[in-house]
Amino acid sequence: MTELIDGLYREGEPIADSKAPDGPIETRWERHQFENALVNPANRRKLSVIIVGTGLAGASAGATLGEAGYHVKTFCYQDSPRRAHSIAAQGGINAAKNYKGDGDSVYRLFYDTVKGGDYRSRESNVYRLAEVSPNIIDQCVAQGVPFAREYGGLLDNRSFGGVQVQRTFYARGQTGQQLLIGAYQALERQIAKGTVEMFSRHEMLELVVIDGKARGIIARDMVTGEIETHLADAVVLASGGYGNVFFLSTNAMGCNVTAAWRAHRKGAYMANPCYTQIHPTCIPQHGDKQSKLTLMSESLRNDGRIWVPKNAEDCDKDPRDIPEEDRDYYLERIYPSFGNLVPRDIASRQAKNMCDEGRGVGPAIVEVGPDGEEREVRRGVYLDFASAIERMGRESVESKYGNLFDMYERITGENPYEVPMRIYPAVHYVMGGLWVDYDLESSIPGLYVTGEANFSDHGANRLGASALMQGLADGYFVLPNTIRDYLAKGPFEPVAEDAPEVEEARRSVTDRIEHFLTCDGERTVDSIHKELGSIMWEYCGMERTAEGLQKAIGLIRELKTEFWTNVKVLGSNDQLNQSLEKAGRVADFLELGELMCIDALHREESCGGHFRAESQTEEGEALRNDEDFSYVAAWEYATKGEDAAELEPVLHKEDLVYEFIEMKQRSYK
Amino acid sequence: MRLTLKIWRQDGPDATGGFETYTVDDISEDMSFLEMLDELNENLQARGIEPVAFDSDCREGICGTCGLMISGLAHGPEVTTTCQLHMRSFSDGEEITIEPWRAHAFPVIRDLVVDRSAFDRIIQAGGFISVDTGAAPDAAATPVPKVQADRSFDTATCIGCGACVAACPNASAMLFLGAKVTHLGELPQGQAERNSRVVDMVAQHDHEGFGGCTNIGECAASCPKEIPLDVISQLNKDLRVAARARR
Amino acid sequence: MSSSIGLKWLMAVTGIVFLLYVLLHMYGNLKVLAGQEAFDTYAHHLREIGEPMLPYGGLLWIVRIVLIASIIGHVYAAFTLWSRSSSARPQGYAVKKSISSSLASRTMRWGGITLLLFVIFHLIHFTLVKPNFNSEADAAAVKESPYVMVSASFSLIWVVLIYTLAMIALGMHIYHGAWSASQTLGLTSTPRARTVAKTTAQVLAALIVVGFLIPPFYLYFSSL
Ligand SMILES: Cc1cc2nc3c(=O)[nH]c(=O)nc-3n(C[C@H](O)[C@H](O)[C@H](O)COP(=O)(O)OP(=O)(O)OC[C@H]3O[C@@H](n4cnc5c(N)ncnc54)[C@H](O)[C@@H]3O)c2cc1C
Ligand code: HEM
Ligand code: HEM
Ligand code: SF4
Ligand code: F3S
Ligand code: FES
Repeated sequence: MTELIDGLYREGEPIADSKAPDGPIETRWERHQFENALVNPANRRKLSVIIVGTGLAGASAGATLGEAGYHVKTFCYQDSPRRAHSIAAQGGINAAKNYKGDGDSVYRLFYDTVKGGDYRSRESNVYRLAEVSPNIIDQCVAQGVPFAREYGGLLDNRSFGGVQVQRTFYARGQTGQQLLIGAYQALERQIAKGTVEMFSRHEMLELVVIDGKARGIIARDMVTGEIETHLADAVVLASGGYGNVFFLSTNAMGCNVTAAWRAHRKGAYMANPCYTQIHPTCIPQHGDKQSKLTLMSESLRNDGRIWVPKNAEDCDKDPRDIPEEDRDYYLERIYPSFGNLVPRDIASRQAKNMCDEGRGVGPAIVEVGPDGEEREVRRGVYLDFASAIERMGRESVESKYGNLFDMYERITGENPYEVPMRIYPAVHYVMGGLWVDYDLESSIPGLYVTGEANFSDHGANRLGASALMQGLADGYFVLPNTIRDYLAKGPFEPVAEDAPEVEEARRSVTDRIEHFLTCDGERTVDSIHKELGSIMWEYCGMERTAEGLQKAIGLIRELKTEFWTNVKVLGSNDQLNQSLEKAGRVADFLELGELMCIDALHREESCGGHFRAESQTEEGEALRNDEDFSYVAAWEYATKGEDAAELEPVLHKEDLVYEFIEMKQRSYK
Repeated sequence: MRLTLKIWRQDGPDATGGFETYTVDDISEDMSFLEMLDELNENLQARGIEPVAFDSDCREGICGTCGLMISGLAHGPEVTTTCQLHMRSFSDGEEITIEPWRAHAFPVIRDLVVDRSAFDRIIQAGGFISVDTGAAPDAAATPVPKVQADRSFDTATCIGCGACVAACPNASAMLFLGAKVTHLGELPQGQAERNSRVVDMVAQHDHEGFGGCTNIGECAASCPKEIPLDVISQLNKDLRVAARARR
Repeated sequence: MSSSIGLKWLMAVTGIVFLLYVLLHMYGNLKVLAGQEAFDTYAHHLREIGEPMLPYGGLLWIVRIVLIASIIGHVYAAFTLWSRSSSARPQGYAVKKSISSSLASRTMRWGGITLLLFVIFHLIHFTLVKPNFNSEADAAAVKESPYVMVSASFSLIWVVLIYTLAMIALGMHIYHGAWSASQTLGLTSTPRARTVAKTTAQVLAALIVVGFLIPPFYLYFSSL
């Protein structure tokens, strides 16, 4: 192993094999499926699979494996699988159906996704995603998902995320809900048949690894507090994204990294953890007591104009009193050809720049600045529909955006027809996640990872409407076909409930719980989480610098110590205890945050959702460095010394080779 | 603003509960109702009192996890979910009574958290279309007339929150059932199992211990997704048709 | 049939039987306005319908049997559903407001019981015992002529009052019941059908209350 780099990490062996097949890209998946071993239907019942997470990725996999006849156990922390965070997705789901006859194809979706990911994803995976995408729509429609239809009764499509074809299927603004209900119902059908056993209000707190293979999990029954051991032949993590490391995000309150992080600590590599997607059009924070942020559809940028006052003194004025010549339509000014429609990351970063300059609008919020000092900043920019209303008439604005305007009014109490909306970027999606090979198997044999929890298909930036596609592709079509190659080798040697590895995993869970309940410090879990969030947002958010990241690592390490010595968790283990649940999650977020900063620090280029201030073009655009960084950064867990709290991870690089698509710098000027 | 909160506290499923009264200060009207409770919980913990347990996840009005009886109204005084209710709907000095959903089929787990798994079991009984993965025909093969597609969608928006049960004087879940039966029953794909679906779901509904519907209409008025009362009529009709087909 | 919706059908069907009966009965009662002879002939005629196929009073007996079966079914279903809904919410709310429900819909059960008590009283009053409350009237004539029986009773204000209250209860029961029955039978799954059902229920309820109350008030005021 190489020596310590930057005093933070070491470099290990590169990843030799991602199991990505070779040959013509069109036939790779088909050949691979053929080459994967089959499992005799009579044997399937004897093979067991644990699935952690019942969002789109987990519920679809659970239903499909149950239908195939495996013995499946599924887990979620909510009270029902129908509540997973997938339910909140609004915009739509992509699929290369070409129903509009506008020149779409599997290859074009493949191309757009690789390009959109800023050339940091694996070609074979992305092609497969595009290839199975039409099947997803067929499956969902057959389940009764009520996609939008035209008057003739045929499915409707729209264009989304700046692509030039209409390939996005949608169900009003509730696509994620409808897709999830479809998958949930398919899952419930299997539960009724007895092929799937569902464990709601159960949180996975540890992975059981025996002889190098994933063989089960330790879960806590969140109602009784019982620590349960569940063993199986294979384990699938479909536990979603970790955007909540930022405390404020558009993710649901319970979204966490615990399942993934526990697996990471047991040997699964974490890939590209710093790739975060920040969505430009969210409702801004209203105060420091806020618990989460709400996304507003990106489509608003089609007709709204974004501006801030030219002079900081105007910032607390009624925007209607600010004359035209004192407004700065900064996107139109800086990017005359794209204007308000620049990609998500650019729109987000420029909004931040305006607010950092002191020209933000809305309530002033106390935050900790780069210098560690508290300061008051207004975090918001105007999204103004006045000219759209003048041009199109209030009625057509209403028919196009009425529900979004209502939502805005409900949350802010302001009427956006009269007063310009205020928006601000917010953390929305993480492209990083556990490293998986082409089979979606992690670096621990028998541990598979699907959906947002893996890193696989979106490179450094995800296109709109592609996360739903990936979750369902993984769950319905990919995983069930790849995991059988592994299961065909089973059933594996049964594991005793008191095997030393199981005991060890249980002890690590109970020790942690014991510690939280007896620590009896001064700080609530939420207050620490908030502090972590503001460090992450400040230094590892939209714009990152070497200096800032180094500082953040120091701050997180201090906060970690504070957390472990001074946290206060009331109540006991043997009852529903929400502070205890949060404490476990925040403990893992603290470590993840540290790794994210290390990853961001080591990647001295800008790409997709990762913007390093040091790596920009003369015009201030993200500058990729393909020479040195066209690889996946897969991190192996390691600490300084035996049980030191500080991370000292090992970097394994997986080189990205582009055989079909030529790498280009993007430009929006 | 300053508020007095009368909150139901109950240690566990078998514990006897009761009301506790707390006050919160400095509540801004931009806060959501649940953020107000977060604030209360931070204060309680500082004083060494266990925080009030309540459920929420998305806080966007879509997952259906949240749900409180707020001064006698399910999800409070607006037509929305508890998480999307904001403090500007209340006035300074107000006393607010907060209770969990009350129904035999929704037992209290702790404080304001109830167990709604009965809804999952009702779906298990028949709230699905049986199609195995990979067995689906091309999505464009069956057009669905817009009117049916729209009605199907309108009823598919149910978030499974349970407010209908909480508000119904009979603790009946017929609105929830009706929404699902109508969502699937309006689609061509849903026809094959239409009869058995409604029979089995109603049987499970009764088995879970929900009450019968006497068409009072509180459910639809409390539903954050505005599921209309006519889905209950649709449910009754489908059941009638199914009963005849069985004979 | 024992499902909660099955029981509701039973209520709806028996409820509709009552409704039809009540409408006919109301029509018959209005004959009081035509005077003693017309009313008594009508009452007598009722018992002759169907002769000689049916014995004297035969149709009346068929009607009575149907009514008795209906009341048993209706009350059985009402009480079974009632007990189910009270066990569906063993612990009530400390504070509960209602937003959209009508008073009528919330008082169906107590209203029903009021009606049951009324019917018992009413049968004793006009069919089974025919007690003479009015000291001024001739007890034998009361038993002989239905018209005398009715007019003797309704010249007393408290009797009129009892009937008035009962009719208000009936009106409320029907106001919600008729709409509810159409919902239960699944006839109201479009917004239009619902408006129609609601309006019909309102008209029916009003018609029945007014129609029933005309004879007592007519008799009371003409006795003054
Ligand atoms: C507001 C919003 C809008 C979006 N809109 C779009 C869109 O329009 N189009 C699009 O393509 N994508 C969209 N996305 C992204 C997309 O919704 C998600 O990436 C995707 O749904 C993730 O699905 P998943 O199945 O991987 O995870 P999730 O749906 O998050 O499911 C995670 C599951 O894991 C369980 N879980 C987590 N941790 C544990 C644990 N420790 N123990 C047990 N269970 C656990 C949870 O209970 C849950 O069941 C949006 C995201 C957000 C936040
Ligand atoms: C003990 C006596 C009675 C009780 C407890 C009772 C109770 C009820 C109840 C609970 C309902 C259901 C209401 C609903 O669905 O919303 C109902 C319906 C009805 N009742 Fe009664 N009732 C009684 C007597 C009567 C009488 C005497 C009549 C007629 C004169 C009558 C006519 C109706 C009608 C028409 C309905 C509508 C059926 C339906 O809702 O589907 N009831 N009754
Ligand atoms: C002001 C209102 C009413 C008046 C004046 C009235 C009058 C009468 C009279 C005079 C009789 C005796 C008829 C006869 O024996 O020939 C009778 C019988 C009866 N009435 Fe009424 N009635 C009224 C309301 C009602 C209502 C509301 C109901 C039902 C809910 C009802 C149910 C009956 C029944 C069941 C009988 C017995 C019929 C039989 O089997 O002989 N009545 N009523
Ligand atoms: S019908 Fe309405 S109130 Fe009932 S569960 Fe569904 S969304 Fe909630
Ligand atoms: S309030 Fe209850 S009685 Fe029926 S109409 Fe709604 S379920
Ligand atoms: S928390 Fe999801 S609907 Fe309220």
